[in-house]
Amino acid sequence: MPGLAHFLILGAALFCLGTFGALARRNAVVVLMSIELMLNGLNITFVAFNRYLAPSFGPAASAWAGQVFALFIIAVAAAEAALGLAIVIAVYRLRHTVQVDQIDLMRG
Amino acid sequence: MELFALALVILLAPLAAFVLSALLARRAWQLAGGLTITGVAVAFLASLAVFAQVYGHEARLDVTVPWLTIAPLAGRALEIGLRIDPLTAVMLLSVSGVSLLVQIYSWGYLHEVEFDEHGHPHVHRDPGFSRYYTWMALFTTSMLGLVLASSLLLLFVCWELVGLCSYLLIGYWYERPAAALAAKKAFLTTRLGDLGFLIGLAYLWWQTGTFTFSQLEALVANHAIPPLVATVGALLLFSGAVGKSAQWPLHVWLPDAMEGPTPVSALIHAATMVAAGVYLVARAFFLFQHSPEAMLVVALIGGFTAIFAATMGLVNNDIKRVMAYSTCSQLGYMMLALGAGGLAAGTFHLFTHSWFKALLFLTAGSVIHATGTQDMREMGGLRAKLPGTCWAMTLAGLALAGIPPLAGFWSKDGILGAVFDSPTVVAAKPLLLAFALVTVFLTAFYMGRVLFLTFGGQWRGDPQRWPHVHEAPAVMLWPMLVLIVPTVLAGFWNMPAQFAYGHFVEHSLLYAHTLAEQFHPELAIFSIALAVAGLVVAWAMYGARVISAAAVTRAFGPLYGWALNRWGFDHLYNWLVGTVWVGLARGIAAFDLGVIDGIVNGVARATVALGQAFRPLQTGQVQTYAWVVFGGLIVVAVAIMLGSRI
Repeated sequence: MPGLAHFLILGAALFCLGTFGALARRNAVVVLMSIELMLNGLNITFVAFNRYLAPSFGPAASAWAGQVFALFIIAVAAAEAALGLAIVIAVYRLRHTVQVDQIDLMRG
Repeated sequence: MELFALALVILLAPLAAFVLSALLARRAWQLAGGLTITGVAVAFLASLAVFAQVYGHEARLDVTVPWLTIAPLAGRALEIGLRIDPLTAVMLLSVSGVSLLVQIYSWGYLHEVEFDEHGHPHVHRDPGFSRYYTWMALFTTSMLGLVLASSLLLLFVCWELVGLCSYLLIGYWYERPAAALAAKKAFLTTRLGDLGFLIGLAYLWWQTGTFTFSQLEALVANHAIPPLVATVGALLLFSGAVGKSAQWPLHVWLPDAMEGPTPVSALIHAATMVAAGVYLVARAFFLFQHSPEAMLVVALIGGFTAIFAATMGLVNNDIKRVMAYSTCSQLGYMMLALGAGGLAAGTFHLFTHSWFKALLFLTAGSVIHATGTQDMREMGGLRAKLPGTCWAMTLAGLALAGIPPLAGFWSKDGILGAVFDSPTVVAAKPLLLAFALVTVFLTAFYMGRVLFLTFGGQWRGDPQRWPHVHEAPAVMLWPMLVLIVPTVLAGFWNMPAQFAYGHFVEHSLLYAHTLAEQFHPELAIFSIALAVAGLVVAWAMYGARVISAAAVTRAFGPLYGWALNRWGFDHLYNWLVGTVWVGLARGIAAFDLGVIDGIVNGVARATVALGQAFRPLQTGQVQTYAWVVFGGLIVVAVAIMLGSRI
């Protein structure tokens, strides 16, 4: 029977994996995917905390707060993905590459 | 005619001549000359009318209008206006009279006669003829305006205008480097004095709130001006007079100003403009009288200039420069008289001097015209060829030397008497009297030297030239002959017993005293003896040649060289300005370029270097920034965890 710790470890693992990808990968599409991974790691953590630690007293909303957060994050992530991919396509049209290390107009 | 209308005619007639000849007569030379002579003649006739009314009917004019109103200063107005009183009337007469004669004379002077190999004369007209008459008309306008001004402000405006005309006319032959340099020297040197004058104007206005002579006079009469204010104001005004009247230590420009045409020297640098400084002191005499210190300074500078300039006149070989030093010296006499309290004596000498000194310059111009040189060593024996010029210059020279009954004797003895009786310079009186008396001897000597070197003896110049040396044409000779009249007669106006001039002029403004009746027979006899002694020594050295001039020169040794070198003042000023002042300016420029600009440029360079140093931080790679953010997050998280542990 898996407990809270297992879910938290899974969430943290996903987040770290995503962070590494976002920081280290050079392909912009993979960077976006890595960011999705980070968000989903968070989602697991939120839902796990909600399942195991939701208080049984107080206002009713607090019993669902973690799940509502997760739903918001999914919605925001969808929007972010749409915007991010649009930017990637626009950059590709201009520069014919999606390698983030080649997009360095702001270098000093 | 009404006095005000006459004053306007005096101002506007030469002004109209100036404007018309400037606009219309650039090539029509007869028109320019004719317009100017006509304009000045009208001004002269109007001046005569003014003089008749002021002398005969004691008419006065004092109109003042606000020119600019200054709202922030409680609506105080800068005032200009016209004033006619006895002093003005006398000055108008000599300015317009000398100007008229000089304008007529110039017509001949600007036509040079040259002889070809067959001895045929060819007349060359100076190419700047129209320009000359245009500036002369402007000068006459400004000088008459200066005399007529009822406020210090208008006087200053005209003062600067005559300075400008002096500059333009000294540099009339501007293609000659010496003339261009002399014009600049005159302009800059007088400007130095004018700076003090301008500060004095501002100071007096600040202290009294008025520029008008009549109002200033009323303030002095009511003792509303503290003595310190009177002293500072009077000395600042006097600094302008020192520059304009070529008094020591600003005397250096006048000898060089002789680079201009000789009629210009006669009108501007002998009879009128240089006298403006004396006129200014006489005009503001009530202010000077309020301050014994200022009077003493005026007397000392005047007395010193009188003897100092005369010593330089003794040794110079250039006929015009001797006259120029003589002018300096005589202006010093006038300042001395004013400083001693002798308004009547000082202004009377100004009046008589303007006639005989103008005559001296015109005759010198005639000599130069005939011989083609200004060096007296290359003249001689001209009495045979230039009899009219010779007589005129002899009379003018004797008047300058102070031989009775010529004009200079009466006015100069008035000055000696004024110094003798002076109530203002008590302590310095023996010194000043000695200066004045020695100057009498020196003046007679250098005038005698000029006369004997020029007209006596044998021709020492180019023998080829001698047959062509000729008397001046009628247009030049007549003005000289006319000038003989005041040279001989003007002095009788202030004869002892009547002192008509003194009593006439003392009613110009309110004065503590004018020393209107100064004549001491014993002093006069002594000064005549000195003058005759000077002439006799000059005759012995340069006429009969019983005393060797070279031996005398050797006897005086280095003094002769110093005097010939203008006592080193020109070198001193050259050194002061060219070396000390320019060196100081170079040092300041180096400080500005090195230190001030160095700081400014250093700040800019340091900023750029700092930016260059930090530039690699901006990689433009979004992931680098993300690494930094993430690293920072970890640092913050670790810090919080460590913090919560402790």
